[in-house]
Parts: sequence; C-alpha cells; structure tokens
Amino acid sequence: MFPAPIDKASPPKRYLYYVAVVVALVAWLLPLLAVLLTSIRSAEDLNMGNYWGWPKEWKFSNYIEIFQATPLLRYLINSVVITIPAVFLAIALATLGGYALAKFKFRGNLLMFCIFVGGNFVPFQILMVPVRTMTLRFGLLDTYWALILFHLAFQTGFCTLFMRNFISTLPNALIESARVEGVGEFKIFWHIIVPLLRPALAALAVLLFTFVWNDYFWALVLVQSDTVKPITTGIASLRGQWLASWQLISAGSIVAALPPVAMFFILQRQFIAGLTLGAVK
Amino acid sequence: MSSQSATSQAGVVPPKRRRRVGRHDLAPWLFIAPGAIIFGVYVVIPIFQSFWLSLFEWDGITVDKEFVGLANYQQLFEDEQFWTSLRNNVYWLVFFLLGPVGGVAIAVFLNQQVRGMRLVKSLFFFPFVLSQVVIGLVFSWFYDPEHGLLNAVLGIFGVPPFAPLSDPNMVTFAIIAAGLWPQVSYCMILYLAGLTAVDPEQIEAGRLDGAKGFRMFWHIIMPQLRPATFIAVVITVVGALRSFDLVQVMTDGGPYGSSSILAFFMFQQSITNFRMGYGAAIAVVLFLIMSVFIAFFLWRMIRTEEH
Repeated sequence: MFPAPIDKASPPKRYLYYVAVVVALVAWLLPLLAVLLTSIRSAEDLNMGNYWGWPKEWKFSNYIEIFQATPLLRYLINSVVITIPAVFLAIALATLGGYALAKFKFRGNLLMFCIFVGGNFVPFQILMVPVRTMTLRFGLLDTYWALILFHLAFQTGFCTLFMRNFISTLPNALIESARVEGVGEFKIFWHIIVPLLRPALAALAVLLFTFVWNDYFWALVLVQSDTVKPITTGIASLRGQWLASWQLISAGSIVAALPPVAMFFILQRQFIAGLTLGAVK
Repeated sequence: MSSQSATSQAGVVPPKRRRRVGRHDLAPWLFIAPGAIIFGVYVVIPIFQSFWLSLFEWDGITVDKEFVGLANYQQLFEDEQFWTSLRNNVYWLVFFLLGPVGGVAIAVFLNQQVRGMRLVKSLFFFPFVLSQVVIGLVFSWFYDPEHGLLNAVLGIFGVPPFAPLSDPNMVTFAIIAAGLWPQVSYCMILYLAGLTAVDPEQIEAGRLDGAKGFRMFWHIIMPQLRPATFIAVVITVVGALRSFDLVQVMTDGGPYGSSSILAFFMFQQSITNFRMGYGAAIAVVLFLIMSVFIAFFLWRMIRTEEH
C-alpha cells in the first residue's frame, strides 16, 4: 500500500495526520459551509453586517420562505419530470446498442463505436443552433420534451460506450450455446444478457441522473417558462430577482443541490464504480 | 466471437446455414438502430449543419438566410472579443490541469485505512455532484468583496479586501479556481481507485532499493497510475473546453467581456445578439480545437482495444 499505513507510524505522527485531515477537510468545504451558514441567518443579521459572527437567531424558516415565495417546488418537479424519462430511455437504447457493439462483428462496428464516443465529447455549442431550430420546428421549444429528447439522445453516446465495455467482459459462451439451441437473438439479449447487467445499470443510472439533473446550458437554450424550467436555470433566475436576499438564495442553492447529493450518499458504491470504470486497468 | 467471424464470408457458407447467417447480419443493426438514429439526429447531423450555417448571416427568426461565404470567419479573426475568449480558453486549459495534480495529491493524502476515512473521502468528493450553477453561486458568495468569507478569512492575516470577480486581470483565474473545486474531486476519486490496484510487490521492491517519499511516488507509483492519469487528463481537457456554466452564472462574461470564453462568446452572439451564423462560426472554431483532443483520445482507445 502506498503511502505507508499511518497506523504503523508513531503516535505523535498519527495524531498530526488526523489533525491535518480535519483541517484540510474544513478548508476544502469552506465555501459550502459559508453558504450553509448564510442560509440560516436572518435578514437583519445580514443588514447589520453580521455575516460571519454568531447569528442573532437561527432562521431555519428561510427554507420554508423560499418555497412559499418562489416557484422552487415547481422547478424541482420539472427537474424530476425531465430527468427520469431521459435517464431511463438513454440507458435502454444504449444497452441495446452496447450489446450489438460488444458481441457482434459487423462491418462498421468500430466506426459506430467511434461516432458514439467522439460525439460524446463535442462542445455543446456546435449543436446548439441546429438543435434549437429543430426543436422549434417540432413545436417542442419550451416543453419538457425539448429537454428529454436532447438529453436522451446525447447521453446515449456515453451510455453506449459504458454498456459496450461492460458487456464485452461477459463470456461469449453464454450467447453461443443459446444460439446453438436456436434461441432468438432478442430473447438471448433479454433473458441472458440483461439480467447480468444489473450492477452496470445501477451505476449508470446514478451517474446519468446527476449529469442530466445538473444540466444548465440546454435548459437555458431550450426552455424559459417557469412551468417547464428545471431547478438549475430556476435557481439562476431566482438569484436575478432576489439579488439582495442572500439568505434565501443560499437556502435555495442548498435545496437545489440536495437531490444529487442525497443520491450520491445513498448509492455511493454504484456511483463510484460507474465513475472509475477504466481507471484501474 | 469465432462464430461470427465465419459469417463474414457469407458467400461461401453452405446453403444449409444461410438463413442463420442472414439473421446474424441483420441483428446487430436492429439492436443499434434506435440509439444510432436519435444520436444521429441530435448530435451527428447538427455538427455538419453548424459548419454549413457558419457560411450564412442569419438572425434565427426570418426564413431567409443570406449566404456570406467565409465573411463570418474573417470578421471573427478581427474581433477583439474572439481573441480575448480564445486566450481565456488557453488559460482554462492550462490551469485546469491542476485538477489531476491536486487530485493525485489529495488521493495519496487520504489513501489510509483509518476509521471514518470513507466518510472523509466522500466529503472530499461530493462537490463533484453539485451542479455548476450551485458552484457558481457558492463561489460568488465566497468571493464577494464585502460579505464574502474569502476576504473575511484573508482579513485575519491582514490582506486588504479585494473583489476577484470585478478585476479584469483576476476574474478568469477566480472562475477557474471555482471550476477546479469539483474537478479536483473527480480526479481524486479516479486516483483513489487507481491506488487500490497498485502492485504491493513493486512497492516492497522499491523500499528494498531505498526508494522513499517523493522518489517512490514518482518512479514506482505514478507509472502504475497511468490509466487513471489518462482518463483524468482527458476529462479535464474536455471539461476546460466545455466550461460555460460558471462564466455565465458568476460574471456573465464581464467585467467588459474580460472573462468570456469561446463557449460563452458563442452563446452570447447567437442567443443575445441573434447572430446565428456568426455564433456557428465560433462553435466551429471551438469544435476544431476539441477535435484534436477527440482524435487523440480515439486513437489511443483503438490502440489499446487492439491489444
């Protein structure tokens, strides 16, 4: 193991290490702690210039006020409505495609793979005007479907890469023996391959949820009404309207950050497994 | 996969097997078609459309586009804002590489099996799952010259108050620092995964040879972390060229366009100024820069595939 295990070091060294870890952690999270502290301050405190001293009163009611005074709840619901179908459909399409790329040899296999991988890295701006024009022409601009369709299409690239790499590690013998017995190709996929993908599907779903939930650029380009806006552009526009009320904006930011953070802490193992695929070998 | 390689010589297989061969040829295409079609419509075709559009002057509303040839590009290269944005993109690229550096440093620092370490690692990592909008808001507040914690903390050490986001010479670096926060987290997690796979025998051998501390790290550990480094660098470069959200949220390109980058400049020209053709030309330049890295990535990926 590298570096040398600290529990074998002398006690003073060991305690020094613990202290260093705590100090580093606090420094690392300092900007976030500042927001957390501000979110439970009263307006009077901020007006009096008491930013970092002990708060006069703990105002947890800021969190209630932000929901009552702004469409924050609507934004959260919009984010859910956009994210869930996009994640689900992208993974479905990518599992089909990833299987084809992993287990069939056909002309164009490598080319298809490169298009999915390469497309996944392009800057969004090269897609922006055509995608916006197309969405407008479909009559979908400023609707949920504008974002669902784009995210599902774009994320299919990354997901196909992910699923293809995972499916490649499954033994071919499984598929071949089923073929010999005359099982149809789709049945092989559905009954033999898909059940083996559960860990990969879970990892991918958590990752994708975070990616889509956190999207800001496309929400800015494709939707504008409060009834459709996800939380990212929602909180940004709240900030424009509530410029002076930092305690409320802070509370709103914390709320906006909560779903992916909760998701991460609950499904940590899957999340990190998905993210670090390929970092080891 | 041997059964499929036989099917590629479709013409010479005996008639009895022909039906199965046909089925195998069609099956992969049926599996891949739904994903490929929607990816084609939303990602592949728009790239070509943007190239084409960059030759027109168009406000995005009227039906008629005016063909102007390369005039958009000509104008672009004379546009001071373009050069400012491009220069800032270079800053982003260079300084964002502190992401992998910081990531490996923290990973080595935290790679201990002590009680509670898992939680500590999670707390170091979780800025990565925050949206860039939230990070932008958090850091705007952190940098605020009057109310921000940064000045409050530096004030203790006697540093006079300053406003990082209002100073044209400082603003881009202040935004990059905010962007590095989640980026370091991400690289850290890649390196932590890499460190678990480091070969203990090589470390032992290194210790016997008297390698210690940084020498051990550089000559024995780093070479084994190469896959993690590769991914970290690729993701960091893509992230640097893609960054948009932070600039838009924290400064809206200001003050006086000094923190603009190509992605933001493009958005501003197309959406705010209704110059779709000009915007497309900016996007093409950004795409071409990115293509260099995409090509390199694909080339390396194919090479490792072949092994």
